[in-house]
Amino acid sequence: MSLDTVAAAQSSPDTKQPFAELGLKPDEYARIKEILGRRPTSSELAMYSVMWSEHCSYKSSKVHLKQFSEKAPKSAALLVGIGENAGVVDVGQGYAVTFKIESHNHPSFIEPYQGAATGIGGIVRDILTMGARPIAVMDPLRFGPADAPDTRRVLPGIVAGIGGYGNCLGLPNIGGEVVFDQTYAGNPLVNALCVGVMKHSDIKLAKAAGAGNLVVLFGAKTGGDGIGGVSVLASETFDSSRSTKRPSVQVGDPFVEKLLIECSLEIFAEDLVVGIQDLGGAGLSCATSELASGGSGGMKVALDRVPLRDPSLSPEEILMSESQERMCAIVEPHKLPRFLEICKKWDVTVTAIGEVTDGNRLEITWNGELIVNVPPRTVAHEGPVYNRPMAQPAYIDKVNSQKVKLSIPHTATEIKEAVLKLAAAPNLADKSWVTSQYDKYVQGNTIQSHPEDSGMVRIDETTHLGVAISTDANANWSYLNPYQGAKLALAEAARNIATAGARPLAVTNCLNFGSPEDPGVMWQFAETVRGLADGCLAMGLPVTGGNVSFYNQTGTVSILPTPVIGVLGVIQDVRTRTPMSFDTAGLDLFLLGQTYEDLSGSEWAFLHGERTGQAPTADLAREMRLIELLLAGHAAKIFHAAHDLSQGGLSAGLTEMVLRYSVGAIIALENVGVALLSESPGRVVVAIDPKKATNLRELATTHSIKVEKIGTTGGDSLTINDCVIDLDELRHAHISTFPRLFG
Amino acid sequence: MAKIVVEVMLKPEILDPQGNAVASALARLGFSVAKSVRQGKRFEIEVEGEPTASQIAQVEKAAEVLLSNPVIETYVVRVEK
Repeated sequence: MSLDTVAAAQSSPDTKQPFAELGLKPDEYARIKEILGRRPTSSELAMYSVMWSEHCSYKSSKVHLKQFSEKAPKSAALLVGIGENAGVVDVGQGYAVTFKIESHNHPSFIEPYQGAATGIGGIVRDILTMGARPIAVMDPLRFGPADAPDTRRVLPGIVAGIGGYGNCLGLPNIGGEVVFDQTYAGNPLVNALCVGVMKHSDIKLAKAAGAGNLVVLFGAKTGGDGIGGVSVLASETFDSSRSTKRPSVQVGDPFVEKLLIECSLEIFAEDLVVGIQDLGGAGLSCATSELASGGSGGMKVALDRVPLRDPSLSPEEILMSESQERMCAIVEPHKLPRFLEICKKWDVTVTAIGEVTDGNRLEITWNGELIVNVPPRTVAHEGPVYNRPMAQPAYIDKVNSQKVKLSIPHTATEIKEAVLKLAAAPNLADKSWVTSQYDKYVQGNTIQSHPEDSGMVRIDETTHLGVAISTDANANWSYLNPYQGAKLALAEAARNIATAGARPLAVTNCLNFGSPEDPGVMWQFAETVRGLADGCLAMGLPVTGGNVSFYNQTGTVSILPTPVIGVLGVIQDVRTRTPMSFDTAGLDLFLLGQTYEDLSGSEWAFLHGERTGQAPTADLAREMRLIELLLAGHAAKIFHAAHDLSQGGLSAGLTEMVLRYSVGAIIALENVGVALLSESPGRVVVAIDPKKATNLRELATTHSIKVEKIGTTGGDSLTINDCVIDLDELRHAHISTFPRLFG
Repeated sequence: MAKIVVEVMLKPEILDPQGNAVASALARLGFSVAKSVRQGKRFEIEVEGEPTASQIAQVEKAAEVLLSNPVIETYVVRVEK
């Protein structure tokens, strides 16, 4: 095919262009022509099509996401808000922390290992781009039924990919989730979170200011990886008839990424860049247009200078390539020699491919011929915005009006059976089979990770300042009530931070949904965003950024609405953290919070194939009082252990606690079945020295949180009223599920 | 005894970090011969006597479902004496 230049586009306005195949709608194509005053060249069409895809443009979600800014609570901690590669939060002592979650769902279904691996690579570069050193990752994962044959292909591949890439980078994996449900069968969710740390003065932004400054591409060479991957893999539903669209999978090289991290940090330390952007989805199209928009708008790029792994690539393909481990920096000319020296030291390929100009056009040439001449903002930020129709789906009224009907255990035999069943259920069973494939302790600063309530890393080795992060989602509740579901997930993540003694500070999110073209899904999404924004405002936690993943469906079946909420908190001295369990006998166990008959959307209901009834109503004022109580108790050093109750209720919580250090417990409960199985939000089990009981009761009174003693620690069994479960039997049930399914 | 051999290579457009590492090691050690290196896998499957068409077909199937990852790799099957 001959080169389609701007001149050619002007002289041949009627050339037919494959805009529909690239995922653009007729009116979007018409708008591109209107912006340019002519038909786009094939390179321009490639750029617009990837940048205006749902994945890059957020065209369906934008109108809703603005609530995160409109309802943002005032927070002195927020140094950089939504809109940059990742938000930045002040954690004190001159340190700032940046964290973000992204999805890599669709690529991970096609090629689980590489899909998950490059998901890690992408989020790590996002964090690096802010000027921060990445210090830990987490992975919330969701799969089809645990016993489905395809889950046996997808899960081990994804876990190995996360481990393979993350371990090579030397980043500890400090937590996440593994959840199974039928709706994820053809569309697993691979969300990856990364957290990085820097000094306040080190923050870097994606902007290309200063005419004459150079556009420098560094990192791996460009190949045919994932060409069109963004628009094809991430924006459209799977359809085998589309497989002719070069479904090229991106393959990551973690060693190159490690070099890129060290090289970039050295470049940052010497203050050699004006602006920086990583190349992720949409590759150079995204990086050049976003950098140019972030500055004055003018940029010239000679595309033929891009180092290629595959010399046969056309300019359109180079612009769309998603080859991994690449970054684009804006560098002042007099600093270029030093920049090149550092790249050489780290064996990183580097090329100046263009310069910032006075104008307001992004101009790209190929061997001297102009092939792109566009206003960069129209590519990067002024894409289509849709106010998609939405309507409450019919199922809502139906399931909400149905009472959940479940068998509730009463006798000792029934109770034992229920506790063992929950302990072994794939959603609640021990996840060591997964997490043991990850390096949790590399760098030596991991304070806690799986199976604790949150992951915690030390960021200062002298003062022992640290951060804790938890990610949570309860898709069953979000299915029953997406507004409450989002608030409840937020509250749970915040609680999981506070049980360890860290104060929640900021929120990130990864919103995984079905097709936005389905009004029912759009309603679920809108309700979720409204719930999360209201929740964050109520709890005083700013949203620092996030990611939306639409089109998660198999055939016509959408996934459950799955908003994964990540909360980051700060702890002044990690050595004082409260663990999730006790290692001594003779402690008193107290339940904080009120238990209602909340069985709708519970794991017990899920195990009975029931997804009906009403989700609990989030009481965020009470959640905040509970958090303050936990922090006050932590400060007063009265807790030996504190563990959040969520999926699987008290039954799962006690199972996890007694098995953690093989110290049993004797529990006395009224209305035992509901007490064990209910998943009422806002509850925590704490273990304390009996002498501190008065202190705890005083704290509970001050914070208006219900407190009741439920038992004592000790022995070789979990004893609940007259039901005695030997710890060995309980452990066998809990730890054998994953090896049996995937071993 | 005859062998059915399966050779698996990454598709040409797929990044090969191992091959790249070998290429740069060659250059470092003074072997200036390599413009680039691609690294693959070779399986030798022994059979009794002369392989039958159905045995070769079985190996073809195995190459597709187990020995290679058809999303990113290609394979060739042949008989060696």
